[in-house]
Amino acid sequence: MHISVNVDGVTYADEVEPRLLLVHYLRERLGKTGTVIGCDTGNCGACTVHLDGHSVKSCQMFAVQANGHEVTTIEGLARDGKLHPVQEAFRSNHALQCGFCTPGMIMQAIDLLADESDPDDETVRKGLEGNLCRCTGYQNIVRAVQDAAQRMKPGAGPKIEQHSDEHVGSRQPVGGE
Amino acid sequence: MTATAEPEVGKARLRKEDARLITGQTKWTDNLQLTGMLHMAVLRSPVAHARIRSIDCSRATAMPGVAIVLTGEDLAAEQGSLPCAWPITEDMLAPAAPALAVDQVNFAGEAVALVIADNAYRAADALAAIDVDYDELPVVLDLEEALQDNDLVHPDLGTNKSATWIFDSAEAGSGTNVEDEIASAEVVLERTFRQQRLIPSFMEPRSVVVDPSADMFTIWSATQIPHILRWMLAAVSGIAEHRIRVIAPDVGGGFGGKLQVTPEELLCLLVARRMGRPVKWTESRTESMLSGHHGRDQIQKITLSARRDGMVTGLKVELLADMGAYLRLVTPGIPILGAFMFNAIYKFAAYRFVCTNVFTNKVPTDAYRGAGRPEATFAIERMMDELAVELGRDPMELRQQNWIKHDEFPFSTVAGLTYDSGNYEAATDRAMELFDYSALREEQARRRSSRDPVQVGIGISTYTEMCGLAPSRVLGALRYAAGGWESASIRMLPTGKVEVITGTSPHGQGHETVWSQIVADRLGVPFEDVEVLHGDTASSHRGMDSYGSRSLAVGGTALVHAADKVLAKARRLAAHMMECDEADVEFATGSFSVRGTSTVRSLGDVVLAAHVAHDLPEGMEPGLDADATFDPDNFSFPHGTHLCATEVDTQTGMVRIRSYVAVDDVGTVVNPLIVDGQVHGGLAQGIAQALYEEAIHDETGTLTTATFADYLVPSAADLPAFMTARTATPATSNPLGVKGVGEAGTIASTPAVVNSVLDAVRHLGVRDIEMPLSPERVWTALRGGAAEASTPAAGGLGSIDSQGGQS
Amino acid sequence: MIPAEFRYLCPSTVDEAVRMLVEEGEDAKVIAGGQSLVPVLRMRLAAPTALIDIGGLTELTGVRDDGDSLLIGAMTTHYEVQRDHLIHDHALLLKLVTDTVADPQVRHRGTFGGSLCHADPAGDLLAPALALDAVMIIAGPGGRREVPASEFFVGYFETALAPDEILIDVRVPKYTGWGAHYEKLNRVAQAWSIVAVAAAVQISGGTIAAARVGLTNVGSGPVRAVDVESALVGQPVSAISDAALLASSGDGYKDNLARVLTDRALTAAVAG
Repeated sequence: MHISVNVDGVTYADEVEPRLLLVHYLRERLGKTGTVIGCDTGNCGACTVHLDGHSVKSCQMFAVQANGHEVTTIEGLARDGKLHPVQEAFRSNHALQCGFCTPGMIMQAIDLLADESDPDDETVRKGLEGNLCRCTGYQNIVRAVQDAAQRMKPGAGPKIEQHSDEHVGSRQPVGGE
Repeated sequence: MTATAEPEVGKARLRKEDARLITGQTKWTDNLQLTGMLHMAVLRSPVAHARIRSIDCSRATAMPGVAIVLTGEDLAAEQGSLPCAWPITEDMLAPAAPALAVDQVNFAGEAVALVIADNAYRAADALAAIDVDYDELPVVLDLEEALQDNDLVHPDLGTNKSATWIFDSAEAGSGTNVEDEIASAEVVLERTFRQQRLIPSFMEPRSVVVDPSADMFTIWSATQIPHILRWMLAAVSGIAEHRIRVIAPDVGGGFGGKLQVTPEELLCLLVARRMGRPVKWTESRTESMLSGHHGRDQIQKITLSARRDGMVTGLKVELLADMGAYLRLVTPGIPILGAFMFNAIYKFAAYRFVCTNVFTNKVPTDAYRGAGRPEATFAIERMMDELAVELGRDPMELRQQNWIKHDEFPFSTVAGLTYDSGNYEAATDRAMELFDYSALREEQARRRSSRDPVQVGIGISTYTEMCGLAPSRVLGALRYAAGGWESASIRMLPTGKVEVITGTSPHGQGHETVWSQIVADRLGVPFEDVEVLHGDTASSHRGMDSYGSRSLAVGGTALVHAADKVLAKARRLAAHMMECDEADVEFATGSFSVRGTSTVRSLGDVVLAAHVAHDLPEGMEPGLDADATFDPDNFSFPHGTHLCATEVDTQTGMVRIRSYVAVDDVGTVVNPLIVDGQVHGGLAQGIAQALYEEAIHDETGTLTTATFADYLVPSAADLPAFMTARTATPATSNPLGVKGVGEAGTIASTPAVVNSVLDAVRHLGVRDIEMPLSPERVWTALRGGAAEASTPAAGGLGSIDSQGGQS
Repeated sequence: MIPAEFRYLCPSTVDEAVRMLVEEGEDAKVIAGGQSLVPVLRMRLAAPTALIDIGGLTELTGVRDDGDSLLIGAMTTHYEVQRDHLIHDHALLLKLVTDTVADPQVRHRGTFGGSLCHADPAGDLLAPALALDAVMIIAGPGGRREVPASEFFVGYFETALAPDEILIDVRVPKYTGWGAHYEKLNRVAQAWSIVAVAAAVQISGGTIAAARVGLTNVGSGPVRAVDVESALVGQPVSAISDAALLASSGDGYKDNLARVLTDRALTAAVAG
């Protein structure tokens, strides 16, 4: 099947098998190996990317379902050589060790901060419940997300990936054409 | 070259590693795509014990994209037997361990056939077209039943017992006879604990790529042990070691789970050799859980003798340890690593340890974070609480009465080790202060008297562990096949930049950062000017890799020694350059000077002079590079006091951690950020053993917890915030004074949590609850029921019906 | 884990989707959000010959006010349900339950209708759908038909949906002003509930005018605690604890949870 997908700002047109998972399309076809696969069942969240501005697990959908949509991966976050505030916060707070969960964790954290601009500890923990980390015990991840919230406050940095309820209401349903 | 202003050691440096990890530039093994690369998929046995009657590959072979389908018979002549490097006794029984089963499978998940295809999707399709005819055999699952030898995992061995390993303080001369102590004791407690089976659950699934081109086998693997892997693959495959290069690129966690020579690593190598093309294998999570080694799985029978006044006199430990179906790399030695730790921080007169290693038709066990020491710590810390209850004493005060006082170090233990340093009082005082022990005790009393449905408990764990594995002579005495030294090299580049080569193999620990800090301090060069190379046997040819909290204590020390060699030679050359006596040369913050003069040469000047070699002292070789290998004299012994408060909902059995305080003494801290991170992660895994995780095999030997939907790794929403602090008594066994921190949190936390839950509900008649403390188990115990009640996760993908509707 | 091959069809209307289902036969499957189906396909627990993706049917998304009831499009995502004002005002219980479904990523893709059709007895949305007297509006080759929730969930992963039918809308009566709560006990956040209780209560003049109680994961499908509901009518709030004992008569752990969590859910619903 022919698909056209915008990934990290570039539009790709490809012929794919319907069963090709989005994450495999990103990794194997586009070379976007920053997005990784940690499980088979959608539990670990390592493969989290944004689809039209919302976090999704890219191992839980087919590439054909992304046809006509926009995908943002960890590789598309930095702008003009500048890291996204959430990336900065993860580094500054030692929120990663082996780093395998990190791309998914960062993508989910950005999504969380779009909905909750100043989350408390519990809100962060709940917002990350779909992402497993085996190294950090989550303590510094929670701290990093809260730190990032401060960095992203109006006037504190670029307004990236933020969206309003109106935007949510009008967003394109996902699926084939 | 500029001088560093303040010491690097002790500084909370942000990690060098992070730049690539937060941007998706990481080099995981599975990222590799080589021209002409084939993909290997593994067919795994669905049954736990069976003869293989036949395997029909004809349909699979004919499928599009399939290059070849291989069975154990095809590889029998070349695959040899996977290595076990730790024959713990002279008469240990070890079955042949083929990477690909030839005529019998001994656990569900064992590899029985391979599909090699041009892509992973086609390989997966062909797997489904292989027909295997199994002749099922009785399965051996229960440890105690296995000991009866009614059914045998390996009939040719004649028994399910692999080995029995004994330490006895009377025989060793390190203490009295435990049977005498028990016979004459005022108090004797006997308890049995079960260490459930755990799955390491590193986040990056294992992956292997083998490139067989140009007479050289280059192997990329998500491994903790590139050096050991190279050695073992050469030994097993017969390929000359110098024709094998192993690269561990970025590796996504290990926790002991990647301390292995896996069947798939060997199979990829053999297939690449056969096909003459690169081959990749990447496991799925379920494959990982079905075939990667598991951890723990012991039954611990503990007998403790004491006087009425609270002094413990003897400890007898009788273990049954589940090996699973095969002995992997260090499988038999894991419970033995605990043998030296049951006596923990205490002064016991007598100690006896007997461990029987047993085969079952389950996934093989091997190292998992803590490896032997969490089991030991759990048992003794549970027993100290049991004794406190028996004697009506405060559990902390009872521990204090029995532990080694800070002025008694170095202390020779009843298990035959010498603890070099420690201060249990200091760590405990700090922990009690942070925890607010007395306020919690008051709340506990209040809730008890008001019969609050939510009861509160306090759990203590005062632990120590042995790290810095290990003095080679000790390993030799324990019949381990390798040494425990570590190696480091320093290359002084002509521009003054520094390359460090280490034999450790980090997979999340941050060695690139910490090693840079150590070298920056030692040589007085900027942190940024140091590059750390690791995990490639071509650049780092000598090493014993990373496990057992050894990297800093052993590998870091090798690095210090290499830096000292660089400086010693540089000093000689500096004296020559400054035309003074070497004895008058002083070195500080990266510069050499002549005492009492203003003559100065920076290290960079000296490096360049050594490199161009235009004017060297008589007999001096050009260059300032240096190598060092360090073999420690002793282990290091981190210790600490962990306190856990839990709330137990007596109506549902649900446990919630209210607060957790960890005060650890890991000696000198090079990077506090990293040390805290290690503690946090360790705590999460230890708490998970107490409350959540359990690998369950059903009565047929099928692993029913083979997905993350069924094996409950906790998320951020399931764990509390931790309060961590440190005390520091430097280790005396290495020049850095460091002890190791990789396993401390895991070792300490499990008993702290379980002790806490029991403390909350003991007054309601509960004596013990088996781990993990699921709500159902807690509730059942509260009703006075058997502690054995098991709570498999509700729902679970294993139960999904393939005929479900629209979803 | 890699799914077996399938053909992929994208209908642009409900009628076309139904036609495709008829043509493809029983081995075809509808994919909505796919958050339960994709793992099943990856693990090859199912291998449909064709997937009919109704993700493009915009007519199936969104919540509409239909007088005495709400009409929730089957393809409305959990994320949209969580934030929908009509649901918040007239079916608060659904919002509270949906807040606990899986995790944020799954809620972005997973759909209200998909969850109901998957009919996992541990699935969170079944019990409130049953307790709130939801009605499934189903499209099939013979046209539209309506099936009440009490007849829709027929067993373990089994619904009244025929192989050639599609759930298109769910009609939920308005429960304006009712207090609601979902009390869920699971071992870790991602795990299915061991037992959960969905409760909605209408208070009038200090007494309970009506109550709705649905239990998750206590049987092969959702269970409605009708005895509890009727015992509460006209009673003061203090009657909740006694009434909750009627949630289950058994002696087992889940029976206990059914009673304890019913008590807690009702109490919290009243406290609002």
